[in-house]
Amino acid sequence: MNTDTAIQCQSISKKYDKIEALKDISFETEKGEIFGIIGPDGAGKTTLFRILTTLILADNGTATVDGFDVVTDYKEIRKRVGYMPGRFSLYQDLTVEENLNFFATVFNTTVEANYALIKDIYQQIEPFKTRRAGKLSGGMKQKLALCCALIHKPSVLFLDEPTTGVDAVSRKEFWDMLQSLKTQGITILVSTPYMDEASLCDRIALIKDGEFLKIDTPKNIVKQFEKTLWIVQGDNMPKLLKDLRAMQQIKSCYAFGDSHHVTVEKGELTMDILKEYLVKNGHSNVCIQSIVPTVEDCFMELSNR
Amino acid sequence: MNRKILHNADEVIIVENLTKKFGNFTAVDAISFEVKRGEIFGFLGANGAGKTTAMRILCGLSIPSGGKGMVAGYDIAHEQEKIKKNIGYMSQKFSLYDDLKVWENIELFGGIYGMKDIDIKRKTNELMLQLQFENERDKLVKSLPLGVKQKLAFSVAIFHNPQVVFLDEPTGGVDPITRRQFWELIYDATAKGITVFVTTHYMDEAEYCDRVSIMVDGKIEALDSPKNLKNQFQATNMNEVFQQLARKATRADS
Repeated sequence: MNTDTAIQCQSISKKYDKIEALKDISFETEKGEIFGIIGPDGAGKTTLFRILTTLILADNGTATVDGFDVVTDYKEIRKRVGYMPGRFSLYQDLTVEENLNFFATVFNTTVEANYALIKDIYQQIEPFKTRRAGKLSGGMKQKLALCCALIHKPSVLFLDEPTTGVDAVSRKEFWDMLQSLKTQGITILVSTPYMDEASLCDRIALIKDGEFLKIDTPKNIVKQFEKTLWIVQGDNMPKLLKDLRAMQQIKSCYAFGDSHHVTVEKGELTMDILKEYLVKNGHSNVCIQSIVPTVEDCFMELSNR
Repeated sequence: MNRKILHNADEVIIVENLTKKFGNFTAVDAISFEVKRGEIFGFLGANGAGKTTAMRILCGLSIPSGGKGMVAGYDIAHEQEKIKKNIGYMSQKFSLYDDLKVWENIELFGGIYGMKDIDIKRKTNELMLQLQFENERDKLVKSLPLGVKQKLAFSVAIFHNPQVVFLDEPTGGVDPITRRQFWELIYDATAKGITVFVTTHYMDEAEYCDRVSIMVDGKIEALDSPKNLKNQFQATNMNEVFQQLARKATRADS
């Protein structure tokens, strides 16, 4: 195995009763990389994280973390990884300081030994260090959980939906923290349902219904978008949506904020013909422009196949 | 109940200087706004800005410390029970009972809102057709994918034809295609005259609203159509508007 590999997953599958949570998942992450698992709730993200952090066993396939097998070397892995589960899992009745000390002690280290790693994050919650974790705000809980996951200086950090339900400003702050952790050489596997966070990862896997739709850098995924993509605006957006969908050459049409995104097979339709059709259907102030797809466009296109 | 006056009223929500204090902490600080009938009103703000507290008052679940307001024609300080009968509510966290079947959930909610059995039966059939849900009718809700569940939850929240429906982060974690189908259901509801009051962390969804308010530290810092807000803040999208305003926040959520 390549010594630069932090996580390696080979044909991992997992079933719960009849539901296939993961189907033949394979990927590798390099050391020091931020690798994003991007997909909606129920896609299998948490199951994958629980297998890699040795909390549950896969039905099939093999996986290694930092070179150790998730089944035979689970004890070694547990020493080396930091895990922030989706649900807040610190001790609510312990204070901020006590939680941090507790996690350091469990891993046979001290807060002082690795303070440099968490300093920037911890300083933001230090004024509340005598407050019980259960009494912290959502944003502060998230920061404390990250500190606790980092205090033993893990080589791989697993963050399961760290930004779900968090407002847009706090989400940005959290990603800034991850970028600075990356510079310290920690590999980060992070999952999120927010497609706009994909561009902040080095590489991403798009996941839906237990399957990876694609693995690549966000840029390459966008580059591989096979259809022509236009944005269309007009005065009556709900009617515009219906009329666009009624047009045979249009493969898909979805609302995207203040415009509709329309996909067309390359060369199947021109903007002029489309505009003429829309004007004929009574639309005013019609504006059509060609745009570069977002990761969300790619996700939708891939899941429509 | 004087329904005639209610249905002629242009505003389905009116609040003036609405305030809620918890001890020394002012969660909602003298906010004033109106929501027009049939409008989609986006209620945005950072975590801890006071959105949930304000929404609880508007839904008749909490009594304001100060200010006044009407929801669906009833006083928020004195007529909470009447408000509850005239609104719908759904959130990401709680929407339907997992251990009840699809039709059982509908019957339960219809019954709670005092609908007649015959109307519940008729409307259930209509809804199953509209959502193409005939095969799901007898399934337990917990067996449905999240996106499907959320679409059903929204339909149940407006099943009794409320004047206004409150949606608290209805699309969190929902896949991108279903998220858009969900908004199309919202458009259909407003076409029937139902007013929609919605919170979301997806800034592209703010663009679907007729008007948007942004709360920062208990106060409404901006309120206008997405287009006007973008002009006002010289932003290309609502995310930039939000970032400019919410960055000023000094408090986090509780």
